[in-house]
Amino acid sequence: MKMFTLAASAAILAWGSAAQAQQALSMWYHGAGNEVESRIINQIIADFNASQTDWKVELQSFPQAAYNDSVVAGALAGNLPDILDVDGPVMPNWAWAGYMQPLQIDESKIENFLPGTKGYWDGKLYSIGLWDAAVALVTRQSYLDELGLRTPTLEQPWTKDEFMAALDAAKASGRFEYAFDPGMAWTGEWYPYAFSPFLQSFGGDIVDRSTYLTAEGALNGEAAMAFGEWWQGLFKNGYAQATQDPADRDGGFVAGKYAFSWNGNWAALNALNAFPDTVFLPAPDFGNGPKIGAASWQFGISATSKFPEGASAFIEFALQDKYLAAFSDGIGLIPATRTAAAMTENYKEGGPMEVFFGLTEAQALVRPVTPGYVVQAKVFEKALADIANGADVASTLDAAVDEINADIEKNGGYGH
Amino acid sequence: MAMIAADNRGLRLVTRYAVLVLIAIIFVFPLVFMLMSSLKPDQQLLQDSGNLRAFLPVGDISLQNYTDAFQRAPVATFVFNSVLVTGITVALSLLLCSAAGFAFVFVRWKGRDTLLALLLATLILPFETIAIPLLMMVAHLPWVGFDGVSWGWLNSYRVQIIPFIADGLTVFLFVQYFKDLPGELIEAARVEGASWWQIYRRIVMPLSGPIFATAAILKFLVMYNQYLWPLMVTQEEGYRPVMVGLQYFFQLNVAWGEVMAYLSMITVPVLAFYLYLQKAFIASIASTGVKG
Repeated sequence: MKMFTLAASAAILAWGSAAQAQQALSMWYHGAGNEVESRIINQIIADFNASQTDWKVELQSFPQAAYNDSVVAGALAGNLPDILDVDGPVMPNWAWAGYMQPLQIDESKIENFLPGTKGYWDGKLYSIGLWDAAVALVTRQSYLDELGLRTPTLEQPWTKDEFMAALDAAKASGRFEYAFDPGMAWTGEWYPYAFSPFLQSFGGDIVDRSTYLTAEGALNGEAAMAFGEWWQGLFKNGYAQATQDPADRDGGFVAGKYAFSWNGNWAALNALNAFPDTVFLPAPDFGNGPKIGAASWQFGISATSKFPEGASAFIEFALQDKYLAAFSDGIGLIPATRTAAAMTENYKEGGPMEVFFGLTEAQALVRPVTPGYVVQAKVFEKALADIANGADVASTLDAAVDEINADIEKNGGYGH
Repeated sequence: MAMIAADNRGLRLVTRYAVLVLIAIIFVFPLVFMLMSSLKPDQQLLQDSGNLRAFLPVGDISLQNYTDAFQRAPVATFVFNSVLVTGITVALSLLLCSAAGFAFVFVRWKGRDTLLALLLATLILPFETIAIPLLMMVAHLPWVGFDGVSWGWLNSYRVQIIPFIADGLTVFLFVQYFKDLPGELIEAARVEGASWWQIYRRIVMPLSGPIFATAAILKFLVMYNQYLWPLMVTQEEGYRPVMVGLQYFFQLNVAWGEVMAYLSMITVPVLAFYLYLQKAFIASIASTGVKG
């Protein structure tokens, strides 16, 4: 009996000291309210905590819509966690503002990751994503056939003229309420993510990427003007609606209201379930190559973390193909590697959304990599909304340039 | 002649009721829409939203959205937190602000008018202007609890309650109301030897039911609808209130039925509180219209 008591005590003490040995790492994640996402991230954390005895990750989930504000408030209060996740285009701002520190992971492990999943600022890797997202021109093969349209490919996307001819054909058919659904009901980050690639394909940009110190010429030059006129024409000529009911954005394509919908891979399964002949076409080439947005949520380490090696260990652990595939299967996003894609239901060879992996590889362009992007994105959004609603293109873009330049100046060039 | 007068009266009555019904419809229909939508699957909800079916319990009706809402978010925790924070804040606010109003109106002391003017000046300051300094302050304040002294109030109920107990508007409401109470009553009580506390408790409070109800409702609404502050100070899910919880339902593809179910559930405490104090609230509004 005594032996048993001693053995039990030793076991309890050993367990207790092992538990004590694990240093807690706090982590914030944007997935609250998303049951599937929460389940996967919790699984990764449980696996990591069980895989070693040094670190124990403890998760606090936030709803996505409130996440960025929570992080900024946490930074102001000096209360950031060790590990956080960050939306790709926002990362440079948080790194510049001193909220984040560079990752300490073996970069050879992310060599084969999609470019949009790697968050570099000032030459250093600050964040890494398990997935990327892509946008495509969603339609049905039967629509293309009925309208007598060529099916564009990655190698040979539609030109601007072909795209406009397709919209003309759809409009003339009288079958649809609108030929094109750009997704005007989705405000916020959707605008720069989804629409700035059109501008970049015209040859313009939100800001001059050679210096990141001005938007002059990029957002109001000849190419940007051509883009602005084209953008306004979409609404003025009745191809698309400038103001859209969110319900139409969610269900309009499935209800047959639109011939073409500019939408992301996250909505692809819904369309495929409604119409098995749904096809995902590459972005049209408006003259400067076809472009789509890149970079989604990524993991990083807060600047105040006292345990960056532990946080890096967790992030490196999470980069395993099985977790990339689990996230992809769970929430439909594009896994960061081809090997992980091969393990997924949707992106494996012959999978219903395989095309998105190719789109990301071939057309993706990250949004401007600058701390000023968070302001520039809002200015861009407002300018595009105004132009869609009939504002003068030249003066609207000039005003946007002035606002962006003033912000860059006010912030001392944002460290560029 | 009498017939014409009676007809006119009847017509006026019908017109008046028609206008009142119309106004009632405008106010009630959003609630009906919310309740009916909470019972429908998303596809039907969206289809119905453009016609009168949106206001009727027709089609595929069930409580599935409510079940799903509970699975998506800890709804009960959010409601409990909001009711707790709001309830305590309202109770303490009524006590403190009415006492302050009493002191401003009935007690003579040096600097009274200046302090009242300063207090009223805070009415023009939107909360957003002080949110960040307040956050930085509460993040480093001490607190004495069962575990001894700790630093920082983040992730607690007190950080959601204490900064909102006293505010200029509530004090102002009490000041305005107390000014209209008959001064003779207070003077008589003083002559009889009553203390200030006795006057406040036994004379002023019993005469001030309507303003207590009004202040309670206004404070309740402000506190129950808090979003920015709790978002800034509650990183732990266990302390989040209903409005932050609402964000759990806005994913990439919004589940509108669940949103409506959640909104229906979090509206119940507000409606119950309003209905409970409705008579006193109306009496207060009415009394403000017959001054002089």
